[in-house]
Amino acid sequence: MSDIAIAVRNLRNQFGQHVVHEGLDLDVYRGEVLTVVGGSGSGKSVLMRSILGLTQPTAGSIQIYGEDVLRLSAAERQRVDRNTGVLFQKGALFSSLNVRENIALPLREHLGMNANDAGDIASLKLALVGLDAQTAETMPQSLSGGMIKRVALARALALDPDILFLDEPTAGLDPIGAGEFDSLLQTLQQALGLTVFLVTHDLDSIYQVSDRVAVLSQKKVLVVDTLDKVAAYQDRWVQAYFHGPRGRAVSNQQMRPEHGN
Amino acid sequence: MQENGYIHFNQAEGRDCLTLGGDWTVAHYIDLKKQLANLGDVPQSVTCNIESMKKLDTAGVQLLYRALGEHKLRQLPLTEQQHNLIDTVINACSNQEPPLPPKSNGFVKMLERIGIFSSNLYRNQRDLLGFMGATLQSAAQVIGRPSRWRVTAFVAQLEETGLNALPIVALLTFLVGAVVAFLGATVLSDFGASIYTINLVGFSFLREFAVLLTAIMLAGRTASAFTAQLGSMKANEEIDALRAQGLNPLELLVLPRVLAMLVSLPALTLVAMASGIGGGMVISALTLDISPALFLHIFERDTGINHFWVGMIKAPVFAFVIAIIGCNEGFKVSGSAQSVGEHTTSSVVQSIFMVILLDALFALFFMEINW
Repeated sequence: MSDIAIAVRNLRNQFGQHVVHEGLDLDVYRGEVLTVVGGSGSGKSVLMRSILGLTQPTAGSIQIYGEDVLRLSAAERQRVDRNTGVLFQKGALFSSLNVRENIALPLREHLGMNANDAGDIASLKLALVGLDAQTAETMPQSLSGGMIKRVALARALALDPDILFLDEPTAGLDPIGAGEFDSLLQTLQQALGLTVFLVTHDLDSIYQVSDRVAVLSQKKVLVVDTLDKVAAYQDRWVQAYFHGPRGRAVSNQQMRPEHGN
Repeated sequence: MQENGYIHFNQAEGRDCLTLGGDWTVAHYIDLKKQLANLGDVPQSVTCNIESMKKLDTAGVQLLYRALGEHKLRQLPLTEQQHNLIDTVINACSNQEPPLPPKSNGFVKMLERIGIFSSNLYRNQRDLLGFMGATLQSAAQVIGRPSRWRVTAFVAQLEETGLNALPIVALLTFLVGAVVAFLGATVLSDFGASIYTINLVGFSFLREFAVLLTAIMLAGRTASAFTAQLGSMKANEEIDALRAQGLNPLELLVLPRVLAMLVSLPALTLVAMASGIGGGMVISALTLDISPALFLHIFERDTGINHFWVGMIKAPVFAFVIAIIGCNEGFKVSGSAQSVGEHTTSSVVQSIFMVILLDALFALFFMEINW
């Protein structure tokens, strides 16, 4: 099927005696924002790393646009990787390069652009994520948390990927910064037609940006559906997550009629 | 699956027409930019035909925006999603500030760098003295209160800096002792004075080589380790966490390291002396037929105890300087991985430099007092 971007089948991840995933199935459709939630240690990051090829799963198959990425050669894998952008939890900006060079690096390495062209595109990407030209020359150490996330997003978008992986993009941001980041993500996702795989704990983000929500629990995907249906799912953890004190506060806010930008 | 992007300019029925096709994506950016440059100026009245255009991404929109301008771009018959894309990119482009003014020229920059380097050099030395003072101060505070002695940390550091360095120091000085004996045997035999090889090895190792080689070895081995350990802790805000809990990082982290060095460097120097002289003794026995018993007899007869003290007195001084430089550089690390690397390099270079400089000053001093 062409509208499935990522298909995970029967995935198993095991570290020593510790089984993280067992028989995990998950589909991500083209152009949707899929949020993955789950308790700490439920294997959200491991799932993301497995799809990205950073962790080799013990068993199972992972298809990206119909290609079984676990069985590709290194060169073919690289071609697939060029189509995915990743925002790591702490940004993972290269500390020895300034902001512009951070974004320009994949352009120069993969597409053989010269410094001017790559810098040009990097400036556009920075403008897209709402940062000004002054930021381009600064080093990552001197950026604030919110700016690091924005630069990391700009770098993830450098090669105009189809699929974007975000690992807790709003963790560590203040509520205003997190809200702005969510709006930015939403705008870019709609404009660029991105498929987004979002790992987050931020209930506000889940309510604002996600098309579907996948709950990781008991070593597999417990339920994956639209937010309303997942929130209504009868499971202790899911109920506590979406209807605990924090979950209630957010959902009440979202349902208030005067709300909506 | 991929199709190269292209743009053609043609005149049909007296009208200017631009034909755009293929993928206008970042993968074809270089090629498309060249094509646009070859096209030159596009007349305002041109119409665009984009029927065969396949994909469009931000880089493609950026190129089209530069070539066609906002008005023309918005008129293109595209899908709704592509119009969203164009709006987003145009918004971003129009919010973009003009590029920064060009940087100053190379000569001014060089002068600037020399200036920065010189003032840093001065500031570094002042900081080092300050750090030395602060360490001594916290040592003075702790020394009267055995309950605050960090015995475990001290012993752990002693094992790491002293015991673990023992094999390499012994081997190294043994080999150098052998080399010096070879040199002596070769050069002195021309004068019929090969017996003085014993004095050569004895004097050089007691006075200079043992302590100098050990100090350089530890500067490379231990100063770098101190800087990397403390630097990573600094980068991880562990040192700030100690301070915030009212604990003194100098007392917890620096003092055990400095004390361990003060013990292990003299101890290793003693080993180095024995090992170097042992190397000389083996070579003398093998090539000069001087038996170990004769070697030791002549060594004992000709070499005063003052030569031993000349070497030993220097050891704690070097130890203190190496440990202080290693720790101080660690505390100067700021955040990034690159910074850890820079300061580790700097700590090794500085401590070796200081060791050799101090050794030269010591040599002058001992020469003046006729030791």
